[in-house]
Amino acid sequence: MPEKTKSDAKKRVRTSLLSKVPTGIQGLDEITQGGLPKGRPTLVCGSAGCGKTLLAMEFLVRGAVQFNEPGVFIAFEENAEELTNNVASLGFDLEDLVKKKKIVVDYVYIERSEIEETGEYDLEGLFIRLDHAIKSVGAKRVVIDTIEALFSGLPNHNILRAELRRLFRWLKEKGVTAVITGEKGEGTLTRHGLEEYVADCVIMLDHRVTEQISTRRLRVVKYRGSLHGTNEYPFLIDETGFSVLPITSVGLNHKATEERVPSGIPRLDAMLSGKGYYRGSSILVSGTAGTGKTTIAVHLINEACRRGERCLYMASEESANQIIRNARSIGIDLAPWVKKGLLHFNVARPTYSGLEMHLVTVNKLVKEFRPTVAVIDPITGLTNIGSVEEVKAMLMRLIDMLKNSGITALCTSLTHGGENLEQTEVAVTSLMDTWLLVRDIEYNGERTRGLYVLKSRGMAHSNQIREFLITDKGIDLTDVYIGRGMVLTGAARKRQEMKEDAEAAARKEELERVKRELERKRLLMEAKINEIRAQYESAEEELLAGVKAHELMEKALTFDRGVIAGMRKADASKQGPKDGRDSGGKR
Amino acid sequence: MSGTTKTAGKASTKTRAKIPKVLCGLKKRESGEVWDLKLYVAGQSPKSVTAFANLKKLCEEHLKGKFRIEVIDLLKNPQLAKGDQILAVPTLVRKLPVPIRKIIGDLSNTERVLVGLDLRPGG
Repeated sequence: MPEKTKSDAKKRVRTSLLSKVPTGIQGLDEITQGGLPKGRPTLVCGSAGCGKTLLAMEFLVRGAVQFNEPGVFIAFEENAEELTNNVASLGFDLEDLVKKKKIVVDYVYIERSEIEETGEYDLEGLFIRLDHAIKSVGAKRVVIDTIEALFSGLPNHNILRAELRRLFRWLKEKGVTAVITGEKGEGTLTRHGLEEYVADCVIMLDHRVTEQISTRRLRVVKYRGSLHGTNEYPFLIDETGFSVLPITSVGLNHKATEERVPSGIPRLDAMLSGKGYYRGSSILVSGTAGTGKTTIAVHLINEACRRGERCLYMASEESANQIIRNARSIGIDLAPWVKKGLLHFNVARPTYSGLEMHLVTVNKLVKEFRPTVAVIDPITGLTNIGSVEEVKAMLMRLIDMLKNSGITALCTSLTHGGENLEQTEVAVTSLMDTWLLVRDIEYNGERTRGLYVLKSRGMAHSNQIREFLITDKGIDLTDVYIGRGMVLTGAARKRQEMKEDAEAAARKEELERVKRELERKRLLMEAKINEIRAQYESAEEELLAGVKAHELMEKALTFDRGVIAGMRKADASKQGPKDGRDSGGKR
Repeated sequence: MSGTTKTAGKASTKTRAKIPKVLCGLKKRESGEVWDLKLYVAGQSPKSVTAFANLKKLCEEHLKGKFRIEVIDLLKNPQLAKGDQILAVPTLVRKLPVPIRKIIGDLSNTERVLVGLDLRPGG
């Protein structure tokens, strides 16, 4: 990260019109878009104890160490030894740098009581000392801390002002990039109006305490000939030095991978187009109290640890042991992961430190522990220590930072009852890639949990509400009853399902009955048909029998006639039938 | 300190014409109090020249036979400015008698110089 900012800063220096000198201070180069104006003095002002000296010192040290630009520190307030000790706590070995001729510390002691003014004088002595110091190490950077001490040491302010004007002009001629510190005055930037002389770049530091939590802030008041961030940016001083945390310093240039991270809940993965969250995305789980937000987080962690990935759990409401115990009750054992060093808990009450300190803590943990999954449970706890805007800004930076590191971040957010569910207390939803909403569904005297994916960028996620059951084997998502224009869960769903089953059975029964009836009708009809047929057949039979009888009778008659004719010796062949007929007719 | 004076002396003979490196006003026979004074100047600026002239006159008047003035040109020996914490030029430093006193300016206000050197009760 520091290397990146360094190279970025260098790049910007090249492209900007006004050439700039990178400070190397985390975040400051981004705000100033490249650093301080090269070869010009910059005024750093602020009230006592706001970190002016440290900013100036870091500018010098980083210049000497990172950019190979030696520096001179002209101290009016602290001697070299005190300075060395003070900055040692920031990890700067000033003594070593002095030994290596990278930095010169010149302590200018001025004591009013020891000085008698007699006539005309100038501050050539200071110029000579400064010049000598600059030449001795080939300094490119100069810090004068705090030149206002001269005002109390030298009674003739007219001379002093003229000399200061000359000093800053001289510094410009020397081409050194200077940082001048000045104490904040009443209604003015500095007590003695240094801003009159140093007008190229003015940075103001502030140290404010609101609701018992102090926040340091930095603002670039003025930067001639350059664009700069005009906001107040919170900054921190910790063991690695100064760090300003501008939201823009992180930027939106993180890589987006196609890789997915399973949520640890198969049905939830299914809802997220079958594969789970995107790696490096930010996930918000919001819901009212007791809806199982932490449980969802625990699943993600458990799954990641099982794959051998490192997870960071930042809890602010429960202790690590409590989380482990609770997870065990749903059949998830986190303790082995902690033992293996895969899971790290960072438990701190939000009020323990200011927002910025939290950010830095996370930043440091991320750098040291290098997790792939981070859980912040819950983010809403932070609102105790800052306004919504501040918390939002902080979270934005936090999420950006995590995203830039490719860490999948899951944040839980508590929604209070009665609030609009689709709105979190900290308005961060727009920052999140995936938003899971866990909600109570109250119906018919029963509360059940419902989960749905409110949004999930870049995937075709399910639009359905799933019923969310916390069992002793973890989370189980079941389908809710959807039908007849109703959505039912829990017992109501069960009852409805039973009812439907009964109804279905009844319908089936009815159908069967109708079918049987039909069969019977068919049978009846067939029987009737058979009967008629039988009747017909019997009639037919009878009639046919009649016909036959007649025929037989006819035959018999004919035969008889033949026989009679034969008996009568008639010419059978010629007259037989005719005769017969005739005879018959005659009969 | 004498070493420094020597090298400075070699540097230029012209400077000596206006401001000498060392002006020794000590008389060997006189013992006791010695006023060891250092005048820090920056080259031959008018203020420096004025200051030296004023100092010389004042010493000869008030410290006859017991003063020694060393003139240090910071342009030539800038490293010496640090030791006596010199900011303003010209600056007169009273090394002896202790405590060290600093008087800045061209020493044109004789009264103030005398007060500064503890030659006259504060005014």
